[in-house]
Amino acid sequence: MDIDPVLLARIQFAFTVTFHIIFPSFTIGLSAYIATLGFMWLRTDDERYHRLMRFWTTIFAVSFAMGVVSGIVLSYQFGTNWSRFSLVSGNVIGPLIGYEVLTAFFLEATFLGILLFGFNRVPPWLYVLSAAIVAIGTATSAFWILSANSWMQTPAGHEVRDGIAYPVDWLAVVFNPSFPYRFAHMLNAAYLTTGFVVIAVAARYLLAGKHIEDAKVMMRMGIGLMAVLAPLQLFIGDQHGLNTLKHQPMKVAAMEGHWDDGKPADFHIFAWPDEKAERNWFEVSIPRGSSLILTHSWDGPVPGLKAVPPDQRPPVLNVFFGFRIMLAIGFYMIAAALFGVFLWWRDRLFDTDWYLRILSMTWWSGFVAVIAGWVVTESGRQPWVIFGLLRTADAISPVPAASLLGTLALFVVCYGIVFSMGIYYINRLINKGPQDRVLDDSVGLPNRPLSAAEPAARDAIGRGG
Amino acid sequence: MEWYLPVIWAALIGTAVALYVILDGFDLGVGVLFPFARNEAQRDQMMRSVAPFWDGNETWLVLGGGGLWVAFPAAYAIIMPAMYLPVIVMLLSLVFRGVAFEFRLVSDNKPWWNFAFCFGSVLAAFSQGIILGGLIQGITVADRQFAGGAFDWATPFALLCGVSLVAGYALLGSTWLIMKTEGEVAVRARRQAKMLLLIVLACMAAVSLYTPFAFERIAQRWFSLPNFYFLWPVPVITALLAFGLWRWLGQERDIAPFATTVGLFILGYLGLVISSYPYLVPPSLTIWDTAAVPASQIFMLVGTLVLLPIILAYIVFVYWLFRGKVREGEAYH
Repeated sequence: MDIDPVLLARIQFAFTVTFHIIFPSFTIGLSAYIATLGFMWLRTDDERYHRLMRFWTTIFAVSFAMGVVSGIVLSYQFGTNWSRFSLVSGNVIGPLIGYEVLTAFFLEATFLGILLFGFNRVPPWLYVLSAAIVAIGTATSAFWILSANSWMQTPAGHEVRDGIAYPVDWLAVVFNPSFPYRFAHMLNAAYLTTGFVVIAVAARYLLAGKHIEDAKVMMRMGIGLMAVLAPLQLFIGDQHGLNTLKHQPMKVAAMEGHWDDGKPADFHIFAWPDEKAERNWFEVSIPRGSSLILTHSWDGPVPGLKAVPPDQRPPVLNVFFGFRIMLAIGFYMIAAALFGVFLWWRDRLFDTDWYLRILSMTWWSGFVAVIAGWVVTESGRQPWVIFGLLRTADAISPVPAASLLGTLALFVVCYGIVFSMGIYYINRLINKGPQDRVLDDSVGLPNRPLSAAEPAARDAIGRGG
Repeated sequence: MEWYLPVIWAALIGTAVALYVILDGFDLGVGVLFPFARNEAQRDQMMRSVAPFWDGNETWLVLGGGGLWVAFPAAYAIIMPAMYLPVIVMLLSLVFRGVAFEFRLVSDNKPWWNFAFCFGSVLAAFSQGIILGGLIQGITVADRQFAGGAFDWATPFALLCGVSLVAGYALLGSTWLIMKTEGEVAVRARRQAKMLLLIVLACMAAVSLYTPFAFERIAQRWFSLPNFYFLWPVPVITALLAFGLWRWLGQERDIAPFATTVGLFILGYLGLVISSYPYLVPPSLTIWDTAAVPASQIFMLVGTLVLLPIILAYIVFVYWLFRGKVREGEAYH
């Protein structure tokens, strides 16, 4: 078989990691939202918060399961697909993954059990605390994995002997130069992703005239938070971009579609970068826009791809378009959230149908922005897997192309089934909406008699299909 | 330090893997026994008995794999490519049976996810057995890299290990059901456990007899003197436990069968460790050959020693919280 194993290994990893990131992007924010609802419920004793908490917890359960199982796959793929990478980086970022397991994975997995099944076995405060612990666990997990990823982008605190990286200063490894920016950017992105799903669900209910009271709660909480976080993301993203400019100028050059090095440059709203001809086609630009953004001055010089030979440049097309997709969605989010605040102020938030329709149709915006952003940062790191230290082509396992191709097909088929079913079930749970709790968890508990009303109640809420 | 650290880490990872095998073992085992349930209410009951725990149980697998990477990166970088196909099949199987917990409850098509849960559990257990067998029989290494073929693991011995682990997990699952359920499910589990015990003992005997014959280093380990003086209690205690388990299955004991099965697993595991130590990648690389530098092992060890007791404490708390038996028809959230 003549297919390049490096390419296959990359496609396979890109596929599994893209599939995986969808779920944490959602569950990091959703767990925080569930915990917030829980605290509101404890404080106000308002049944709406409790109902919403239970509702989002069932959706969380489905999403989290998909996140967990697709995450376990990744923790082994470092070795199966990238054994050379594991060997070179193991001493330095292995422990970061180790700490992720110890400080986050066990915490999330164990307390999720209480959140899903413990309602009638623990006092309300412990139930809500479990939700908060799950939320802290998901954010902690993001902390470590983004630290590891950032080290691959901007390695620090290590020394290289015989091609293997060894730790020198752990603080410098964990808090490597791009980590604070990437962590803030991703965590905020996760909250935005969830926020826009919550808003979309609320908009759907308002349009359908169902679950109105619950929808209003979700809408107010969602719009209020998004109006702060969406503009904040623009600021964080800008800072992150400046950090990238300092450490990975070629990534920025690809993001901006700049070929000539060291000159003031325009910002291309659209262009078709041509890697062979080393130029762009069909440019639509804001004059000097790029200089203004990147150097905060009218004629500041910006990096260009021609500064390095072609084999050291990242692939331009995915980086360039990934960046534009992320940016467009970011501006949409800011506009949507701020306009929502305006409607709220005019007391029209719940009955401006066209606005609600747009919101209900753009539930996917955060997911697409997150994936586009990761394409930018990961493709932009190429041709390196550990920037400046190990090339992607030198990082793979001694595994034959046929194995990679076969398992790639398996991944596509299996993930295709699981993902489409997952989306379908989540959509169905959303359509069913928040339910009053007719039945409690006392069914079948050892110390409580099974009452005759319970099977009927179970049918009433449509359990079991 | 250079000598102790890898030993400490080998012990820690060994413990994590043992905990994984026992904990995920019982919930995979419940999946293996899924087709024998008579109706959906019984399947609900079986699944509910493991549902609050499975996610935490599977985290030990991540700790085992992650720990191997942290502490023995060179071994991780050889074992994973060598076991490429079984590892990927195991992971995909875990995907299906993992999502089945949630999907089954919200789906119209329960039979499909019942099948996914069972098939995924069986295939994951089988793949894990193959990985274990593949490791015991040895990996071809040249220049500290995997140098064998994609199907090197596919030997009759590895297949035997695969079957053994499916049967072993099923035994764990059945004794778990005896302990954690009531009614028909528990009665049937008691019947199944007896049959499974015989199969597991046959498998253990086959592996114990085959490995010293086939691998000189394993025969040396067990039958050379003075090793034999120290090691003879292992098979003897195993036999005693098996005998006890058989008797307790006959009496109306609920907890003893599970506890004894855990004992059997630990002894079987100990036997394999005795056979292979100190090789992490038999027959060529030891734990010292593949260890990470002390700086990495210490950095991780400090955190592990602090965090592991806390983790164990809250895991015990959750098992305690969900104590007691699960009834037929008990479902979910």
